[in-house]
Amino acid sequence: MTPMQVIFIITAVATVLAAIMVVSRRNLVHAALFLVITLFGVAVNFILLDAPFLAVVQVLVYIGAIAILMIFAVMLTRNIQEDGAGEAFNKNVGMAGLVSFLVLSLLVVTLGGWSEFRALPPVANTSGAVEALGLALASADGYVLAFEVASMLLLGALVGAIFVAWPRKNENE
Amino acid sequence: MDNWLFIGIFILVAGVFPAMPIIMFHLFGPKRSNPQKLETYECGMETVGETWVQFKVQYYIYALVFLIFDVEIVFLYPWAVAFDSLPLLGVVAGVLFIFLLADGLVYAWRKGALEWS
Amino acid sequence: MDPLAALGEWFLNLLAMINLPPAVGQILLYLIGVIVIATVALVITIFNTWLERKIAARLQDRVGPNRVGPWGLLQPIADALKMLTKEDTTPAGADKIAFNIAPILAVVSVLLIWAVVPFTSQWYGTRLNVAVLYIAAVGSFGVLAVLMAGWSSNNKYALLGAFRAVSQLISYEVPLLLSLLIPVLMARSMDISTIVEKQGTLLEMFVVAAPLAFLLFFISSVAEVGRTPFDLLEAESEIVAGYHIEYSGFKFGMFQAGEFMHTFTISALTAILFLGGWQGPLVEQFPILGLVYFMGKSFAVYFVTMWMRSTLPRIRIDHMQSLNWKVLVPVALVLLMLTPLVDFFTKDLGNLFSLFVGSPAELTLSVRAGALLLTNLAIMLGAIEVIRRSVKRATKARVPFPRRDEARPPIEEAA
Repeated sequence: MTPMQVIFIITAVATVLAAIMVVSRRNLVHAALFLVITLFGVAVNFILLDAPFLAVVQVLVYIGAIAILMIFAVMLTRNIQEDGAGEAFNKNVGMAGLVSFLVLSLLVVTLGGWSEFRALPPVANTSGAVEALGLALASADGYVLAFEVASMLLLGALVGAIFVAWPRKNENE
Repeated sequence: MDNWLFIGIFILVAGVFPAMPIIMFHLFGPKRSNPQKLETYECGMETVGETWVQFKVQYYIYALVFLIFDVEIVFLYPWAVAFDSLPLLGVVAGVLFIFLLADGLVYAWRKGALEWS
Repeated sequence: MDPLAALGEWFLNLLAMINLPPAVGQILLYLIGVIVIATVALVITIFNTWLERKIAARLQDRVGPNRVGPWGLLQPIADALKMLTKEDTTPAGADKIAFNIAPILAVVSVLLIWAVVPFTSQWYGTRLNVAVLYIAAVGSFGVLAVLMAGWSSNNKYALLGAFRAVSQLISYEVPLLLSLLIPVLMARSMDISTIVEKQGTLLEMFVVAAPLAFLLFFISSVAEVGRTPFDLLEAESEIVAGYHIEYSGFKFGMFQAGEFMHTFTISALTAILFLGGWQGPLVEQFPILGLVYFMGKSFAVYFVTMWMRSTLPRIRIDHMQSLNWKVLVPVALVLLMLTPLVDFFTKDLGNLFSLFVGSPAELTLSVRAGALLLTNLAIMLGAIEVIRRSVKRATKARVPFPRRDEARPPIEEAA
């Protein structure tokens, strides 16, 4: 086992454990903090895959923005300490576990049998990867349309978010 | 990859550096505690009501606007790095991207969502 | 040969002699490097607590610390010892784990930036090709620390302080990220060592071609640190002390140390991104001079932050948000739309004129710098004009008191 595999196994186990904590904690802020650990574990995995740009974006966007927003929203809207009403698991937990297990085994079997999935070509040189990404994003034979559509999509998200979250003054009066 | 090994070691050491004085402080600091000392206080009074009260929606709106901007700006960094090899169209595409971002700000502004009331 | 590199090689050879595998030797070398960098950052921080008190005192016509050691230089040690005599309290109802992790995280998030800071052309922790985004990403742990501290303390003031702090931190991250994009665009690289290398001459220094980006970055960084005039997150008179109100002794000290270190770190980053970092005359012959230049520039910027702290009053929370969303962000967006266009069209201008004068590269450079400088100044003047007009309109719209000469009735008449 190479050192890299050791690091991978440690981070993978930590990531999955933290993910389990996210869904099983009753305290919502604790769940969100475990989510941060999960997201950080994913960032480490990006590093191991030699994708540093994705790793820093993962930390910047997911931990720095989305997780913070979630904790914010939880604190702003409800009383977390007393939010103990209801069980963490309902009576369908066994069913859900079975379905999840079946989907997982299906994925393992199908992807495991697909030769291209197992033999990923190693990326020859990652030093210019960010530049290549930028070029692909903004060139006509690349993804320039997707690039602009993404911008439109985010604009729509912003407009929608403000429209939904902003208390309308007319109705209050 | 070696660079990131360095960063990994740095994270571990950076965690140990501030933890050491705190642990030392915990071990050697004086302990003359009583339940009253540890009570939450508000200007010398006992606290009224629960701590986790609801707060202004304005905080949440700023966080939302920030999130959208954060995601958008991240796209621009690879574009800036590749600037030398971009044709005019690529440059204009990036500028248009920023223009659409500015549009969102104008909407929020006109809507009054940036107002701290 | 660089003395540090020689030392490292000697160390590796030494380890090879006692039959350690080279990978282990490399890791040990990294570990030593990490400890050295982190120690340097901490020692500078400790020194800065003294420097700041001394300079703030001078600016207020006082003497400052002068009892402990020569010129009061040992004052930080006395402060640390005093902190050790404080009691370690954890408030009742606090979330113990989050409460204890938060101060550590606050320091870690700042300390991690030093992993990529280039001290000289050869002395740096490591080079990342995504260093600029790495710095921004690491900063988000600081936001997390604030939220954790405020929430886990089980105190209304702490939670309110945390909300204020986080909304300020994330708001100012927008102009920060936007203005960080300008040096990246001009250097065509996210590696901050490369960004420094690109600023070889005075004309190439990014502050010359992009003074507006420099200002935006500096202002939003100061707001990120939460220093005066942006210290509303610890407004003593309103919310007592902010998110760290329940912390005592060294745990509080860690937040304070993190803030001091952050202030110097943003000064160093300003020096690196806009003032050319270790670049300076004769630096190619004597790389060690780079350290002097880098530290000189960093402390110069640091002095400005201290100066601001002693001079400016705290701004109001609505003004703080308006300054960000209605001034800094729009200006940064306009700057970001114009800079690439100007840059693109002046890229090959030098070749056009090369028949007449000098070398094309140099000419391109000066044309580019000049055009960008003009763009920056135009945006700056335009922004100032717009702000002036809107302030005028706002004051006209709501005259709080009638003006003396027209509205006030003569006293005899009233009687």
